[in-house]
Amino acid sequence: MDKHYLAERMEKFDKLISSVVPLAGENIDTDQIIPARFLKATTREGFGENLFRDWRYDDKGEKVKDFPLNNKKYTGKILLAGKNFGCGSSREHAAWAIFDYGFRVVVSSYFADIFKNNALNNGLLPVQVSETFSETLFRSIEDKPGMEVEVDLKAQLIKLPGMSISEPFEINPFKKHCLLTGKDDFEFLLDHLESIREFEKNSIYTLETY
Amino acid sequence: MDKTLFDKVWEQHVVCEINDGPSVLYIDRHFIHEVTSPQAFTGLNEKGLQVFRPKQTIATADHNVPTYDQHLPIKNALSRKQVSVLTENCKTYGIELYGLGHPYQGIVHVIGPELGITQPGMTIVCGDSHTSTHGAFGNIAFGIGTSEVQHVLATQTLLQFKPKTMRINVEGDLQNGVMAKDLILYIISKIGMGGATGYFVEYSGQAIRNLSMESRMTVCNMSIEMGARGGMIAPDEVTFEYLKNREFAPRGKAWGKMISYWNTLHTDVDAVFDRKLTFHAEDIAPMITFGTNPGMGMCIDEMVPSPEHKLNGETYSFDKSISYMNIDSGTMLLGKKVNYVFIGSCTNGRIEDLRQVARVVKGRKKAPNITALIVPGSRQVEAMARKEGIDKILEAAGFELRQPGCSACLAMNEDKIPKGEYCVSTSNRNFEGRQGPGSRTLLASPLTAAATAIKGYIADVREII
Ligand code: SF4
Repeated sequence: MDKHYLAERMEKFDKLISSVVPLAGENIDTDQIIPARFLKATTREGFGENLFRDWRYDDKGEKVKDFPLNNKKYTGKILLAGKNFGCGSSREHAAWAIFDYGFRVVVSSYFADIFKNNALNNGLLPVQVSETFSETLFRSIEDKPGMEVEVDLKAQLIKLPGMSISEPFEINPFKKHCLLTGKDDFEFLLDHLESIREFEKNSIYTLETY
Repeated sequence: MDKTLFDKVWEQHVVCEINDGPSVLYIDRHFIHEVTSPQAFTGLNEKGLQVFRPKQTIATADHNVPTYDQHLPIKNALSRKQVSVLTENCKTYGIELYGLGHPYQGIVHVIGPELGITQPGMTIVCGDSHTSTHGAFGNIAFGIGTSEVQHVLATQTLLQFKPKTMRINVEGDLQNGVMAKDLILYIISKIGMGGATGYFVEYSGQAIRNLSMESRMTVCNMSIEMGARGGMIAPDEVTFEYLKNREFAPRGKAWGKMISYWNTLHTDVDAVFDRKLTFHAEDIAPMITFGTNPGMGMCIDEMVPSPEHKLNGETYSFDKSISYMNIDSGTMLLGKKVNYVFIGSCTNGRIEDLRQVARVVKGRKKAPNITALIVPGSRQVEAMARKEGIDKILEAAGFELRQPGCSACLAMNEDKIPKGEYCVSTSNRNFEGRQGPGSRTLLASPLTAAATAIKGYIADVREII
């Protein structure tokens, strides 16, 4: 990954065909994704190393063999997770860690709000699917670990190519445009400074009029 | 048309709307701390941008600071660096910092209200999910990620989608020994950890009205634990009384003007919510959690539910959770030995919480097996506690009042619960390893935590007060 790129501008996303890493279990919180003791850095880089740290490694720092990220059967740029993924702390480090590790898409039947926002702001695509589709995916990957899945942002479709199964997913048109073009909220807001100043003239809590 | 409180505050702050997209939302106050801000400043710096409204951002050091010897340099090199980077950034960009040693320093969600920075009808954000605390004053307050911190620093706005609204009514009166913490743990146990995802919650009803300002903050604080974007309570006399004469509250003529405005901040009679729920305060007993998410809670005298237990159809990873906790279904937690108690955090680290703890502890002794961490939410809370003699009551019972910070709530500093140990904690999250790798957290109220510290095992505070 080009580290500088992440800080500067969001990576574009269009279409991805990849195998999947399945991570079962509901309510995976951001403290599991990246434990607090690894939040002491002052840069955005390197968090992938400690992604799911306490599930990936045991007390002695040895890899936990059957944890999906350590299981050679599972590779790829798509993370499939249980319902209500990314709940808890607002730490954007969670999205950075997932991205830094090499994932570009997270699939779940439900995302916590702040995580979803953080992911979208970093070019990591959260794909929300139905519970049935999520179950099908989990089962199919268990059967065929290397199986590839296609995520097509333009068409808003997630497909299991081999099995002719697909499901449309929702994404806000604005956010979709951002991901397709690599333009983020920040650039958009910076373009609006004039209207923000105008707004401030009548705003109650603005501390000074400039 | 009749409007909800949420709609009124939201509409006041929309700079413009994007067709089919989010709104540009103006942010009145922005709090920052050492852990989630450094990368945002780096982003600004790389683009050569300035902080747009430096006076509307307030900084403190809380997440990563030691709770003793705060006058000395921080021992941990990485923590020290984070705090010094924050100091540098605040200096460079002209942001007020209440750093270590400053009389206003403390947990960001404790100091905002106590300084009167938090006022009704505001939009308030911080790179911390418990920003929902400030909603107790009738404002839209929510946690954001670091990219968004950067957006606010540079433009004083955010792109936000309007959430759905939910009203949670709590009727009746809370019983003796039952605190606001129990009330919110009860609600979360009923609707589940993702039960309010996508919603902004307004709390109302007699039980809410009767709460003090600090208790209201405890309730709003934990809104995020059921997935809500935030929680709010309409301002009233209790709010105004709390705010009056605080450092940054309006004074004189301005005060009167603001009161008239604040009085308009309530949900109109016929306003429509996307979802409405009602609970009864009489049903609520002291609560305790048994699992690894805040939704896994029960009344303290109940039995741990069985694995078939499904919460509103939410099949959470029940087995994994209780095996991590090493707690069995069908058992009682009452009487269970625990060796650690943590009293503090932005949920329960305010002066009223310490007063409740003192009420239980006074004239008693700490159980010998207990290690207790009692950490005030801010320097001001600490000062008040000392002035009121709460520190002396604690000392006489064998406890020590630490210096302010987040401490064992997220265990970024030295205050960690050892692997495998149980901790009855007044904080807000019982996730795996939240209080240190392998630690096991049982969330409860300050009264329950104090009772446990005295007994040495999980105790029902109603039996001793
Ligand atoms: S006390 Fe805990 S929950 Fe509150 S701001 Fe600090 S770390 Fe977050």
